Amino acid sequence: MYRYDEFDARFVAERVEQFRGQVARRLSGELTEDQFKPLRLMNGLYLQLHAYMLRVAVPYGTLSARQLRMLARIARKYDRGYGHFTTRQNIQFNWPRLVDVPDILAELATVEMHAIQTSGNCIRNVTADHFAGAAADEIEDPRPIAEIIRQWSSLHPEFSFLPRKFKIAVSGSPHDRAALRFHDMAVQIVRNDAGETGYRVLLGGGMGRTPYVGYVVGEFVAKPDILAFLEAAMRVYNEQGRRDNLYKARIKILANALGPEEMRRQVMAEFEEIRRSGTLEIPAAELARIDAYFAPPEFETLPDTMPEASAAFAGWAKTNVSRHRAPGYAIATISLKPIGGVPGDATADQMDAVADLMDAHGIAEIRVSHEQNLVLPHVRKRDLPAIHARLGEIGLDTPNAGLVTDIIACPGLDYCDLANARSIPIAQKISRRFADLGRQHDIGELKIKISVCINACGHHHAGHIGILGVDKKGVEYYQLQLGGSGAEDASIGEILGPAFDKDEIAGAVERVIGAYLDLRAPGERFLDTYRRVGIVPFKNVAYREQLHAAY
Amino acid sequence: MPLIRDGSFVEDDFYFVPDGKAFPEEKGVIVTLARFQGEKDTLLAHHSRVGVRLAANENPQVLKSDLSRLAAVVLEFPKFRDGRPFSWARMLRTRLGYRGEIRAAGDFLPDQIAFMVRVGFDAFEVRQDFAIADFRRALNEITLAYQPAADGRRTIRELRAR
Repeated sequence: MYRYDEFDARFVAERVEQFRGQVARRLSGELTEDQFKPLRLMNGLYLQLHAYMLRVAVPYGTLSARQLRMLARIARKYDRGYGHFTTRQNIQFNWPRLVDVPDILAELATVEMHAIQTSGNCIRNVTADHFAGAAADEIEDPRPIAEIIRQWSSLHPEFSFLPRKFKIAVSGSPHDRAALRFHDMAVQIVRNDAGETGYRVLLGGGMGRTPYVGYVVGEFVAKPDILAFLEAAMRVYNEQGRRDNLYKARIKILANALGPEEMRRQVMAEFEEIRRSGTLEIPAAELARIDAYFAPPEFETLPDTMPEASAAFAGWAKTNVSRHRAPGYAIATISLKPIGGVPGDATADQMDAVADLMDAHGIAEIRVSHEQNLVLPHVRKRDLPAIHARLGEIGLDTPNAGLVTDIIACPGLDYCDLANARSIPIAQKISRRFADLGRQHDIGELKIKISVCINACGHHHAGHIGILGVDKKGVEYYQLQLGGSGAEDASIGEILGPAFDKDEIAGAVERVIGAYLDLRAPGERFLDTYRRVGIVPFKNVAYREQLHAAY
Repeated sequence: MPLIRDGSFVEDDFYFVPDGKAFPEEKGVIVTLARFQGEKDTLLAHHSRVGVRLAANENPQVLKSDLSRLAAVVLEFPKFRDGRPFSWARMLRTRLGYRGEIRAAGDFLPDQIAFMVRVGFDAFEVRQDFAIADFRRALNEITLAYQPAADGRRTIRELRAR
């Protein structure tokens, strides 16, 4: 993985000291909260319902064991002993004291981490396919370009006050595990007819109040030109994105207003200008230098057989183990979705234990997935039973990756001051209802995603079943959306009908899933059946026992 | 309004002349884009130093053919959150080759000044209570930059290559 050199280290150290000064000015009263707000927001510090919340960047979702231990240390020393992994592959600490935040950042800097651009109307932390470098279907590891984008976008003087936040995702596989089409901009590594690799650039996707699936703005951008291309698109957005209405300020609105053809024309015109100047061209030596940091580990020659172990292991392996590019190796997903738990939360002890597990099995890095799980990318198949057993001892062996209880949920009204309703208790209720593992396997792949405000942090638009919490006259209600997908077949879920109250939403989800089980053809996932039969059969059953619909 | 130029307070040697008001005899004058476009020839004939003040939605590209005769371009920040002037300044310097003064006016934060200098601003209209120490601090906090801009600063990549 990437390692800081003296320049990266100094840059982050200076940023920590700058923020220390800003916090000191706030604490002394020199800055009011209004004046401090834009400064803290540029460094991932939010003021939530009950306390400050610090969002720490996990660039492209990759962590070393040493970094994971530091996150555990921070959770223990400055917070309440746990952290929350988010849908943007970051980690949030929910209870830090303002006075401690500069020290937290200084501690993070010792392991090459920071909170730069995890909030604010700037280019946010770049996310990546969590199977990067390991996936069997991958063309190239997308993390080198993610790192190049991270550096280019860090404290970018022109693009730190955009109309709205800007999220970039990268992937190197045809199968989209990074929700590329729901990002402001996305970079996908592709191969052209001549066999060269380059970048397809998508733009204008997003969720929120008006969800859009992004479109292709650059079909094949040559590797040395990618920063020039991204800068061109950013400039078009900075100059023309709407600034009159918060809800129309994301690039998706501009992208839709201009349309693909005009957007492409403008980006290309700007791109040609930048390319002519040559200032953003990435030299081949620089591409190679960054690539080298992400060289895959040396894989041993191992028999490609799955070890025999307990029935519990077999069940876990079925859902939580994915195919690796190297024979004898596997990718293991550590579910952070225990039945009835808080999606994405991990305790300090669990983080330390996972770091120890990594060391014990020679696993140099771990990933945070946008589905709020952890991923061990390079595991010897023969080590899987021991890893599974140890995960069981620390409560992290839930065998549900990709199943109905692997629910994404935003923090909701338990933490967030934007929330309209609670999110976590709904996830817990649904999780408990489907606790039976046999039933989960019978249902198969099903992605439930919950948000409780229109910002859609829980990606509800992209859920096979999406749930949106709303507030109606002080009462929490939940809308159901069906048929969304964040994968390469991206689609936006369709609203089923009137919202359900908090006691009825889990039952409605259960009836919708029951309808799928009745209707499915052999081999069909929920999403496939939905796409074949449409929304009506689901509507018919969802409201059957409805008592308190919010008409 | 106090003016910072080259890192120090200086006396403002330009008058901003609102639309419809008569021009003063001496000093440089700054006018709106509309007025400049309407009275360009008279202005340039009678005043040795002319500047144009652009609102945030006015792209300096429209001044392209006049830039060599302008002593200042003032870019207005209607709100500190409105980041368009960052692009305008950078385009003036790097695309249009403008070498005169680029002045920031309106609502911006001391903590934005480092970014502003990087994209090409070299003069700042600040509030009465603005402390010059804040200006200097803003410029010295972060000494490294990853990306090329308009200030000619060597990027981290260039420093690595040395």
